[in-house]
Amino acid sequence: MTTSRIAEQQAVRWSLNTKSARRLTQAVSYIVLTAGSLFTIFPFLWMLSTSLKSTQYMLQFPPQWIPDPITFQHYNDVFRLLPLAQGFANSFFIAIVGTIGVLFASSLAGYSFAKLEFPGRDRIFILMMLTMMIPGAVLLIPQFLLFRSLGWVNTFNPLIIPSLFGAIYETFFFRQFFRTIPNELIDAAKIDGASFFTIYWRIVVPLAKPVFATLAVLAFMWRWNDYMGPLIYLNDIQKQTVPVMISTFQSQYLTAYGLMMAASVLSILPIIVLFFFMQRYFVEGITLTGLKG
Amino acid sequence: MAAHAQRLLTGWLPRSAMKRREALWGYLFVLPLILGFAIFAFGPMLASIGISFTDWEILTTPKFIGLDNYIKLITRDRLVGIAFGNTLYLMLGIPIGMACSLLLALAMNQRIRGISIYRTIYFLPVVSSVVAVSVLWRWIFNQEFGLLNVMLRYLGIQGPLWLGDAAWAKPALIIMGVWGGLGFNMLLYLAALQGVPRELTEAATIDGAGAWQRFRHVTWPFLTPTTFFVLVTSIIGTFQTFAQIHLMTRGNVSGAIGGGPQWATLTVIYYLWLNAFNYYDMGYAAALAWILGIVILIFTIFQFAASRRWVFYSE
Repeated sequence: MTTSRIAEQQAVRWSLNTKSARRLTQAVSYIVLTAGSLFTIFPFLWMLSTSLKSTQYMLQFPPQWIPDPITFQHYNDVFRLLPLAQGFANSFFIAIVGTIGVLFASSLAGYSFAKLEFPGRDRIFILMMLTMMIPGAVLLIPQFLLFRSLGWVNTFNPLIIPSLFGAIYETFFFRQFFRTIPNELIDAAKIDGASFFTIYWRIVVPLAKPVFATLAVLAFMWRWNDYMGPLIYLNDIQKQTVPVMISTFQSQYLTAYGLMMAASVLSILPIIVLFFFMQRYFVEGITLTGLKG
Repeated sequence: MAAHAQRLLTGWLPRSAMKRREALWGYLFVLPLILGFAIFAFGPMLASIGISFTDWEILTTPKFIGLDNYIKLITRDRLVGIAFGNTLYLMLGIPIGMACSLLLALAMNQRIRGISIYRTIYFLPVVSSVVAVSVLWRWIFNQEFGLLNVMLRYLGIQGPLWLGDAAWAKPALIIMGVWGGLGFNMLLYLAALQGVPRELTEAATIDGAGAWQRFRHVTWPFLTPTTFFVLVTSIIGTFQTFAQIHLMTRGNVSGAIGGGPQWATLTVIYYLWLNAFNYYDMGYAAALAWILGIVILIFTIFQFAASRRWVFYSE
């Protein structure tokens, strides 16, 4: 037997092995993924099922997995007992204004750090990055005292105004992206006599649309889901955001599970709808967050 | 004289009018960020050092008491030790969650159909608010009719009280934490896996490396930066566990506080919150915040130092 024959046989055996091995790996992968996704989605289905089930069928074993009859009573009750429409308006207002503010201020700063030249530019940037090391816990109390002395407690100000100054985290990502824009584009506009703001608004922003979308989705989600901020600063139920409304509701109707589940379904609905339409940007955003390290 | 002042004022700016204009616009554009930082972060941070040396019950005038808050916190307040202990216990969930996410990412990285469906499902907990998720899990952990004990009952097991039992409350929080973090960490690992050069794994296969060897010696080094990142951020995140405790461990009496039963779920940040917003003891809470901040910093520095031994950067 010649050596080439042996090599050929080995190659055939090897490819057969890898083919069946690949099939096995794939089968195992499907099993792992399906098991994991069942574990993940089951609580949500349980939430939905509970919210549509009348109370009398809730406390029984074996449980009614699919509610029969389906009832929307709990949803009616939630709207009757809570000023939820007002809550949604509050949540949307805080999340949208905060998101627009933080994106505008951060992208302007990111553009300046990436494309304009001024003495101390990089040193200032590194200094700002270092400050991200300050743990949020340390700021909790002095910020509360500051906002209290400004008379901002029980207003939206503490939840919105800091965003209008921009955030270091977002600035960092804008700067990263803006650095990849060729200088020629900007220089050409400069020669045409465009102001620095015009360059930002007419050239830089349109080029960075995907980055804006990704960071907007994240910024909106963080603000919509924020719990501690509104909990500390908003007292009147009329002013609260949806999550905090639900949590105050919880202390009164702790064991009214149908009611609580209906309220929870309603509170995550807007984000899930947003997620379905902007899935790509969510995924990019999460990956981006991870690339920070 | 005026010329001298003029030079002091603007002498450090570039000479040419064009460059000077650019520099001024540059400063203007970063000004809000720097102002915001000074007003909402740096100023408060400095103030909080001062506050931590005072006895200040919000409506009284602050009284300087030196290091008393710190001494009391470290030597006489047993809840501080309990809170740090509980927080460390909750960190057991981190390696469990990371292993599960890695396994899912490895599966996802095979050529799989329906990847977007799986991804959507794993993302649901990531995008849901902590309030909805906590309220949901409180119901799942219900002793008699909660999902978990119902499932156990099918298997003939009488499930524990979960959140009502000092021994089971922390494992309950860990289960919920693993469930909530799965999708996020899985996606980070998936991104890292896609950065592993195919030629390397193929070369290892031809050289006769088994699946485990391939993973251990070829794939894993490329995953270490992600593992490091997830580890650092998860530890910081666990130190700041608040909402779950507040939402899942309070009784249904108005004004009831969480952290129970028997302080089994008291975390550092929850204790801080109790001191500040329940007992209005601002000085004491500020001192606790600094202790927590320093502990987090030490943990982080230690991890960065240790990372040189095991984290591999390809560039």
